[in-house]
Amino acid sequence: MKWKASEMTPDVKWKDITPGCNIFEGGTSCTVETGDWRTMKPVLDADKCRQCLLCAPVCPDMSIPVKNGKRGDFNYFFCKGCGICANACPFGAITMVKDEK
Amino acid sequence: MGIRERLSGNEAVALAMKQINPDVMGAFPITPSTEIPQYFSAYVDNGQVDTEFIPVESEHSAMSTCIGAEAAGCRAISATSSCGLCYMTEMLYVAASDRLPITLAVSCRALSGPININNDHSDAMGVRDAGWLMLFAETNQEAYDNYLQAMRIGEAVGLPIMVCQDGFITSHAIENIELVEDEKVKAFVGEYKPQHYLLNKDEPMAVGAYATPVYYMEAKRQQAQAMMDAKDVIKKVGAEFGQMTGRTYGMIEKYEMDDAEEAIVIIGSSAGTAKEAVNELRAQGKKVGLVKVRAFRPFPAEEICEALKNVKSFAVMDKDDSFNGHCGPMYAEVTASLYAAGVSAPRGISYIYGLGGRDVRVESIQRVFGELGEIAKTGVTGETYRYLDVRE
Amino acid sequence: MSYNLKEELQKEDRLSGGHRMCAGCGSPIAVRTVLRALNPEDHAVVCSATSCLEVSTFMYPYTAWQDSFIHNAFENAGATMSGVETAYKAMKKRGKIDETWKFIAFGGDGGTYDIGFQSLSGAMERGHDMVYVCYDNEAYMNTGIQRSSSTPHFADTTTTPAGSVIPGKPQQKKNLTKIMVAHGIPYAAQTTFIGNFSDISTKAHKAIYTSGPAFLNVMAPCPRGWRYPSEKLMEITKAAVETCVWPLYEVVEGKYILSYKPKQKLPVEEYLKMQGRFAHMFKKGNEWMIEQVQKEVDKNWEELLKLCGE
Repeated sequence: MKWKASEMTPDVKWKDITPGCNIFEGGTSCTVETGDWRTMKPVLDADKCRQCLLCAPVCPDMSIPVKNGKRGDFNYFFCKGCGICANACPFGAITMVKDEK
Repeated sequence: MGIRERLSGNEAVALAMKQINPDVMGAFPITPSTEIPQYFSAYVDNGQVDTEFIPVESEHSAMSTCIGAEAAGCRAISATSSCGLCYMTEMLYVAASDRLPITLAVSCRALSGPININNDHSDAMGVRDAGWLMLFAETNQEAYDNYLQAMRIGEAVGLPIMVCQDGFITSHAIENIELVEDEKVKAFVGEYKPQHYLLNKDEPMAVGAYATPVYYMEAKRQQAQAMMDAKDVIKKVGAEFGQMTGRTYGMIEKYEMDDAEEAIVIIGSSAGTAKEAVNELRAQGKKVGLVKVRAFRPFPAEEICEALKNVKSFAVMDKDDSFNGHCGPMYAEVTASLYAAGVSAPRGISYIYGLGGRDVRVESIQRVFGELGEIAKTGVTGETYRYLDVRE
Repeated sequence: MSYNLKEELQKEDRLSGGHRMCAGCGSPIAVRTVLRALNPEDHAVVCSATSCLEVSTFMYPYTAWQDSFIHNAFENAGATMSGVETAYKAMKKRGKIDETWKFIAFGGDGGTYDIGFQSLSGAMERGHDMVYVCYDNEAYMNTGIQRSSSTPHFADTTTTPAGSVIPGKPQQKKNLTKIMVAHGIPYAAQTTFIGNFSDISTKAHKAIYTSGPAFLNVMAPCPRGWRYPSEKLMEITKAAVETCVWPLYEVVEGKYILSYKPKQKLPVEEYLKMQGRFAHMFKKGNEWMIEQVQKEVDKNWEELLKLCGE
């Protein structure tokens, strides 16, 4: 038995469920989209962004990826639209707009 | 040949622990199991084992540390009694549900209140549905032998196991005992090699999920299967232990049951007293016998049905009460087993006895057999819910 | 260790997205920051008490934890982690593992100040090499905003509603950090999210790499329970620090060190007025409550300054 988390679907049978509901991998929640909770959405103005990165650590949802010392665009798959980043930005580079889905 | 010794039940269990040399023990003292962690910490402090001992601040934490340690990849053990077992009850369920084969020595004692330090089975029976395997010992020897077999059983099915003996009666009384040599114990018990564990750098593991109704019941069904599967393991390990020591164990022990017409079903040290009663009655030509339940979880339903199917009457002796207004807990399970198997001829009564250390005497058991004889003769069961040796 | 946000953010997150904490919750911010303080090459086992955090980060089969994780119950994160840490010692001693592991337990204020207090106290007293992190959001949020011993004076919660006779929680907040210090542990600190996260990151690193038990108390606001718009989180924590409602300090081997002293201590209103749970304090006739809180904050602050030799 390989016990992959991805195989523990809602129709998994009792013989096949991982013992004790334990999971033998890390970070399996990365397939869960929480972006659909959003009503407001942060939008980055790359021209205004000075890459100070003060927006990155305040994100509760790991939605501001940082690579080589620079932030990239939002990960809208996870972003719940709380707006903390927009408020933390000293340069007004992030605006919260209504999320039209 | 084993080593002849004279030990109390607590000492014997502590010695079994020493021979096994588990990884972690987390324990908190409570009468009458206190001596077990005491003896064991002396082994630790004198370097006779290299187990890590965690002197926790409560039984709840004792079981919590065991859960942490066992999940981390270790063999974890504890010992407790009475209110201590109650206090760790919440964690007992978690240990079983997490499928962690922790081993817990229980020196059984009455529950408060009124507070009472003497033996009965209220503590162990109170947690009978927590999902633990449960073995009971009649003698110090059995307490020791059961302990040596416990980890093999628990680890094979991924369930925690309780090794119960009677507080003071066996835990403190010194008896002759035959010990198994250290090397033989080590070989018999073996190394613990969990398939998954927290401290595995190559595979992160997450324990203790929140399971929605979509998954919860499947998880419980699988847990139930582990309990069912344990029966064969208990018999197999008991037989293997017999090959090593000459002392073979199964789910139950039948005593003078071949042609018995009246029988009692009993657990723990009182089985010894009851055997004496059976011997005396047999000497008088009475066809009486006894079924001693060694493994209470999983419940030996088939074995008990097989043993009781031909008797005319039986009493199930519960050293505790369910306070359900009609019977003790083991009576409920025995009669349910018989009903399910379509065995309806024997007439059974539930006897509550020995609460809070009330002495159980040979004469008392003989009186029970006397009543069973009456029931067998007249076919009238009468009151099925009876208290033994209570002042009226 | 000199702190640099850019460098700090080079490390991979050890908490994954897809967890189900509310939008704007302070707790995952605390968690990812603390975990980021681990040296990337070190392994860790994380424990969480039953809490919002736990039910949201490990809803079967989805774990948000990149590291090994154990949840046991509400009241025993301290003891559970004691067991894991002891297992590490046992396995190391027996040569079963040789890599370095760190042990970090998280609990909310319910699981830490209250129901898990005994277990935590035991773990700290026994000296396990672990960090216990309280993400303090000042009430039992998971069950629906009931008061805890960490809830501040007069706060409106679902078990201390601001009524016409009793105006919110009658008692003051328990000072857990000081109680932890009284255990004689080598490191204890109080922190929250400020600016570039230097304070919390530095303290988390010290806590993790101090040998022996360490305790971190992190103010982690709950927009739902405190009743403020979620985007205001960093303003709330800033106001908490600038009013000295939540002073930043650490205690290293018993020595108190003040981490930050506001140039001009702000009046408590500046903090209280941002949150709906204190709204009743601003009604006419209730001025005495604000005065009372100001007195309490002043007293605690003066005491802390003295302890820090300021």
